[in-house]
Amino acid sequence: MRWIRRNLLGVVAVAVLVYLFIPIAVVAVLSFNKPEGKYNTSWNTFSLDGWKNICGVPGVCDSFMISIRIGLVSTLIATILGTMIAFALVRYRFRGRSSTNLLIFLPMTTPEVVMGASLLALFLNLRFPLGEITIVIAHIMFTISFVVVTVKARLQGMDPRLEEAARDLYAGPRAAFRYVTLPLVAPGIAGAALLGFSLSFDDFIISFFNAGTVVTFPIYIWGAAQRGIPVQVNALATLVFVIALLIVLISQFVGSRRRKALENDISKNPVNIDALLPKS
Amino acid sequence: MVHDRERNVEDLHLSNLTKMFGDVAAVDDLTLTIPAGSFFALLGASGCGKTTTLRMVAGLEDPTSGRISIGESDITSLRAFQRPVNTVFQSYALFPHLDIFENVAFGLRRRGIKNVEPAVNAMLELVELAPMARRKPTQLSGGQQQRVAVARALINEPDVLLLDEPLGALDLKLRRQMQIELKRIQTEVGTTFVHVTHDQEEAMTMADTIAVMNAGRIEQLGDPASIYELPKTVFVANFLGQSNLFAGTRIASDSNMIEVLANGIKFLVPVQRNSATGDEIIVGIRPEKMTVLDIPDREKIPTGNNILEGTVVDVSYAGVSTQYLITVPWGQNITVFEQNVIVGDRSSVGDRVLVHWAPEHTFGLAGGETLLATTVQAMAAGA
Repeated sequence: MRWIRRNLLGVVAVAVLVYLFIPIAVVAVLSFNKPEGKYNTSWNTFSLDGWKNICGVPGVCDSFMISIRIGLVSTLIATILGTMIAFALVRYRFRGRSSTNLLIFLPMTTPEVVMGASLLALFLNLRFPLGEITIVIAHIMFTISFVVVTVKARLQGMDPRLEEAARDLYAGPRAAFRYVTLPLVAPGIAGAALLGFSLSFDDFIISFFNAGTVVTFPIYIWGAAQRGIPVQVNALATLVFVIALLIVLISQFVGSRRRKALENDISKNPVNIDALLPKS
Repeated sequence: MVHDRERNVEDLHLSNLTKMFGDVAAVDDLTLTIPAGSFFALLGASGCGKTTTLRMVAGLEDPTSGRISIGESDITSLRAFQRPVNTVFQSYALFPHLDIFENVAFGLRRRGIKNVEPAVNAMLELVELAPMARRKPTQLSGGQQQRVAVARALINEPDVLLLDEPLGALDLKLRRQMQIELKRIQTEVGTTFVHVTHDQEEAMTMADTIAVMNAGRIEQLGDPASIYELPKTVFVANFLGQSNLFAGTRIASDSNMIEVLANGIKFLVPVQRNSATGDEIIVGIRPEKMTVLDIPDREKIPTGNNILEGTVVDVSYAGVSTQYLITVPWGQNITVFEQNVIVGDRSSVGDRVLVHWAPEHTFGLAGGETLLATTVQAMAAGA
């Protein structure tokens, strides 16, 4: 009893983490399975088939590449547009600014089914052929809100005096943007882009409505689920997870090395108290 | 350009400068010449227009009307990045993503100067921060950040350096050190410094010339000692240090002295120290010019001194001096500072005392009826 009382917080924390990671672990473990029959749901024997022949099932890698491509294009466009909207909303006072602020939230709160269906209706009415372009248009539409919100938060946190200081120090409007504003907002923009990409990459509902004959990775998996998901899908999913994990680890590692280098520098050059006193 | 120390520094002229925010004039028809190479302080309470004036000189705010020029050249329509003026911002505004070296080098790089290293190192040397060159601003103490801000502005050899409450974020001790430090740097580089502050002590310690601003206008301009010794308006008398003021009427005058009757008591005010034009005169005296005596010592008072009688209501000992609050017969509380040079008894609460001072320290101000209003306003601003 006492042990539980003392370690309850730790126990709960571990339990929640386990709960979060079990599905991912299952996916990863089953990527090394050799399924018996159609469905890769129960463990049979260890095999590297899924990894060695990752594109072995027709359509897996094609759909994966299509999703990557759609993700990159729509992220690029949404990030540029969203960043510009965020700047306009934070920096300028104009008619309709507050209603724009409100409207930008709408796509985030609209149910995806509704948005997907109404976009489809729109494209059909315009007789716009469904395909990768319509998916990209749809993805830009819903990722842009997330970009605006993320970049806006970063911009609002920025001291306006920094830009004034840049202007004061001979930076024209372009130079001030290039050397002060952009570097300071860049982490926000990068975060927005990552968020936008992951939203686009795993979107199923809106894509499904507007894809026409194009098969994105989520659509492929959905289709495959009817017939039995091939091991290759598990392998690809695990790969995506590992890559994402590596990116996080590398950025952590670089950050901590920078901090260490700095601490080293400080211990070599301790703050000189005498330097603070006026020269006699 | 960077090492051209011999170049002529020129005066900064503000002519009829006005800045309206809606219907409110933040700066109201300001005309001012700031001599080249001087350490000039714009002193005033928050909202008096001093920072707006500074921002207009920097080019960060457009004047509603009026001109700004340096020597003969009109800079009114130049953008901030085109002006030969640099600013030390309140809370410094150092670029957090750049290290100290790059912060200081920023202005030179933007002007396309290739070899910035000697100039930056020399400047870091001047502000004694050479070992910190590769640190980020957040790893520096407040005082060090302050020096970086000064270095970053000064390296461009501006005609005028603007300082916006540069010491506001520092604690008292560091502030004292930086006051001396800034003064040293100014003497060393000879650039015109325009310093905006609400701290009268800071202005008096550092500046050659002080302009006391109130409601968008300059109330009084001069060197610290002459403004302090002879304030010309009730606002200045109360904002720059403290004053005891008594509203009265002229009853007699000769070529030297004016006799003023205030609350039934006669005061002598030297003619040269009276800035009131009419017969309504406010008699003013600084607290440290007055002496407290016990009633029996009346014969010790030199003839011709102004004398008041009153009751001590508060005594506060402040190390170098003792501050008395004394109620005079008509109910006003006056403040008297006494240097703690006397060993022995001090007057205590409840004592009946005499307060006297030489008429040469007295000053006369205009504006009988406005006394109370402006006093309250200035005290609120000063607090």
